[in-house]
Amino acid sequence: MTAPDDWEPHGGEPRGLAGARPDAGSAAGRPRPLLTVEHLTMRFGGLVAVSDVSFTARDREITAIIGPNGAGKTTVFNCMTGFYAPTTGRLALDTGRDVFLLERLEAYKIARHARVARTFQNIRLFAGMSVLENLIVAQHNKLMKASGFSVFGLLGLPIYRRAERAAVELARYWLERMQLTEAADWQAGNLPYGAQRRLEIARAMCSDPVLLCLDEPAAGLNPRESAELSELLCFIRDSHQIGVLLIEHDMSVVMGISDHVVVLDHGCKIAEGPPEVIKRTPAVIRAYLGEEEPDDALAVAGGDP
Amino acid sequence: MTTSSLASTASIRRPPRGGTTGGGLGGAVATALADGVIAAAVAFLFTLPLVGLRTEIAIGGLAINTRFVEVAVAVALVFLGRFGLSLSAAGYPVPVLAAALAVAGASLAIDFPTAPLQLIAVAGGLIVAMIAGWTAYTGRSTLSRAERQKRMDAIGAKVQVWTIWLAPIAITFAVLLPFLPFADRRFLDIAILILTYIMLGWGLNIIVGLAGLLDLGFVAFYAVGAYSYALMAYHFDLSFWACLPLAGLFAALAGLLLGFPVLRLRGDYFAIVTLGFGEIIRVILLNWYQFTGGPDGIAGIPRPSFFGLAEFIRRPRGDDVAFHQMFGLDYSSLHRMIFLYYLILALALIVNFFTVRIRRLPIGRAWEALREDDIACASLGINRTNIKLAAFSISAMWGGFAGAFFATRQGFISPESFTFIESAIILSVVVLGGMGSQLGVVVAAFVVIGLPEWFRELEQYRMLAFGAGMVLIMLWRPRGLLSHREPTITLARRRFGRAAAATSGEAT
Ligand SMILES: Nc1ncnc2c1ncn2[C@@H]1O[C@H](COP(=O)(O)OP(=O)(O)OP(=O)(O)O)[C@@H](O)[C@H]1O
Ligand SMILES: [Mg+2]
Repeated sequence: MTAPDDWEPHGGEPRGLAGARPDAGSAAGRPRPLLTVEHLTMRFGGLVAVSDVSFTARDREITAIIGPNGAGKTTVFNCMTGFYAPTTGRLALDTGRDVFLLERLEAYKIARHARVARTFQNIRLFAGMSVLENLIVAQHNKLMKASGFSVFGLLGLPIYRRAERAAVELARYWLERMQLTEAADWQAGNLPYGAQRRLEIARAMCSDPVLLCLDEPAAGLNPRESAELSELLCFIRDSHQIGVLLIEHDMSVVMGISDHVVVLDHGCKIAEGPPEVIKRTPAVIRAYLGEEEPDDALAVAGGDP
Repeated sequence: MTTSSLASTASIRRPPRGGTTGGGLGGAVATALADGVIAAAVAFLFTLPLVGLRTEIAIGGLAINTRFVEVAVAVALVFLGRFGLSLSAAGYPVPVLAAALAVAGASLAIDFPTAPLQLIAVAGGLIVAMIAGWTAYTGRSTLSRAERQKRMDAIGAKVQVWTIWLAPIAITFAVLLPFLPFADRRFLDIAILILTYIMLGWGLNIIVGLAGLLDLGFVAFYAVGAYSYALMAYHFDLSFWACLPLAGLFAALAGLLLGFPVLRLRGDYFAIVTLGFGEIIRVILLNWYQFTGGPDGIAGIPRPSFFGLAEFIRRPRGDDVAFHQMFGLDYSSLHRMIFLYYLILALALIVNFFTVRIRRLPIGRAWEALREDDIACASLGINRTNIKLAAFSISAMWGGFAGAFFATRQGFISPESFTFIESAIILSVVVLGGMGSQLGVVVAAFVVIGLPEWFRELEQYRMLAFGAGMVLIMLWRPRGLLSHREPTITLARRRFGRAAAATSGEAT
């Protein structure tokens, strides 16, 4: 495992990766890199789930990771968010103020300090709690501080009540954005599937991330819901000015909204580039459809996996 | 207990019948008779060796005593119970209701060979009457599992809403209780015992019900609290009021120490290790003779004073005033009892108000989130170890307070009082009540502690009944009696009436 003590309290100085911070804004006028993955390898015993993958996800861009089933996409997410300790490789997150080496941090520190939020392929809501509570729990650290680690809260001081009201307002904002206001007081587990997906994204956003990682958010959605999802992700990127990392099989979503696409197959990166280029890359089409190469292969591959 | 459990065994084998059967009364009686005979045969097979034969120590070895009368009565009762249930299910609930009530009433008057049989007859009669009454009322003999679950949920939800009124009424009643005419010594004793378990249940509810960690060694902290007080009083001559906070503190510290290594474990492993810790503490208490007195325990633990102002004694030493002199009353040994009662009531209510409040704070919500999904918790930046440690040590602290109270109430403690069965009973109070439900703990404490204590005359049988009750609840209500959960915060101002609308609509 990684050394948990590597993280130090907040300060102005970049840490860990001192000096290696890339300058903001590259030549092409695109936003600065937010997440830089270098030579990431993850082995499970003899199985190499991810092998020497490098890519960059930029701030205020949607970066898609695609690939057939078992390509290692979710494993990349798990390495990034601290649930797996990568075998080798470096994952650097540059928030503009600080640089965090994610492979050295515990999962909760990645969420708390590096502010990487994620959703899960098999939805993980707090099913027995209400929708609103799910969104309030996401603001735990902020509220914990305001409640004086429960002391002020137990005493019922106004400082905590103010903070809680603010948290509810943030939750209300996302509930409205996700069309969940009506269901705010329901048990999260009783929501229809599509609403659960939206709630999970809302919960991730309530934790105030700089990078939002979504693991197949369109899985199980109907075409109308998928279109709404695309619109939502663009809204998050443009209005909240954060980076989005997206694992998705639904090509209508990926090709419609991504700024950059990374293609994995059998744990290796086989292509990377803007969606128009990826659509026509022979290696990608082969990975998805075998050897045949019909014209608009990836558009057809949409709902397939 | 025999009646109902065997009756339900027999009913499993036959498909449930609707309200109307082709055969009319004759047919119904015939099938009910057949049912009854089968159930009686099964009962006979079980009771013959278990009840009919009994080994007793006689001069020169063991002798076998036969008790065939008891067997006959038990078999007859099973037959009657099953017969009644079948007849009621076949569409004749009203006569069954009347007959069952008559049997229950008659059983009270008749002399039975043993008290347990009489209890079974009365309780069985009442149960059959209840079921028949329910059948007559709804017009249906059986409810599907899902339907029953839904109804119980609805009741749970209603009770939760009523809590707003129930709680003040119950507290007022509890405060007035010692002055009610029937509150004699024995009554108060049981009330104190129940309140102790309510407090322990509420304490354990934090870690088991809210944080969702199965702690099988809770009694360890109860023991730490009790021994902290006893030893401090013995060695340093400290008063109860000085020791009470210290006992809680020591228990919380013990919780922290045990928690550090244990909390990395999950699920079953966590449960097993806490079980081990509970036993370790007991074994230490048992074997560290010089410090804890080992199996002899510690006697002569000082009783609590009236907030350090006056003692509950007949003749105070020197210039001191005794409680009864202070208030110009006649001396009565009941005064201390009543004081102890109020003490534990206050302690229990403090735990309750603490839990109710902390559930609405970030840490309380994080506990519940942890129970729901701890991976998602980590992905939201929640430090699981700290949160669990907080739950563990706060639970332990309340256990410690209860332990100090136990020590001062008993005046004597020994490792005997802190065995695993104690953990199991506290846990069953929490689980039966419905994980996380404060009111559920109260109800379950009455069922688990109050009823067996009331029927103490029945000796070993009460443990049997206790086991049967647990099995029944696990079958009928696996999530506990009152497992309904109200959100800790709502967007809408008032929720009453919204709940119904909420279940019908769909979110978009
Ligand atoms: N914890 C683990 N232990 C062992 N093998 C694992 C583990 N997690 C993932 N794998 C393996 O790693 C490979 C990649 O899995 P991963 O879940 O990353 O695929 P994926 O690209 O997300 O696929 P999908 O599209 O089906 O979600 C699979 O062969 C999987 O069996
Ligand atoms: Mg996956």
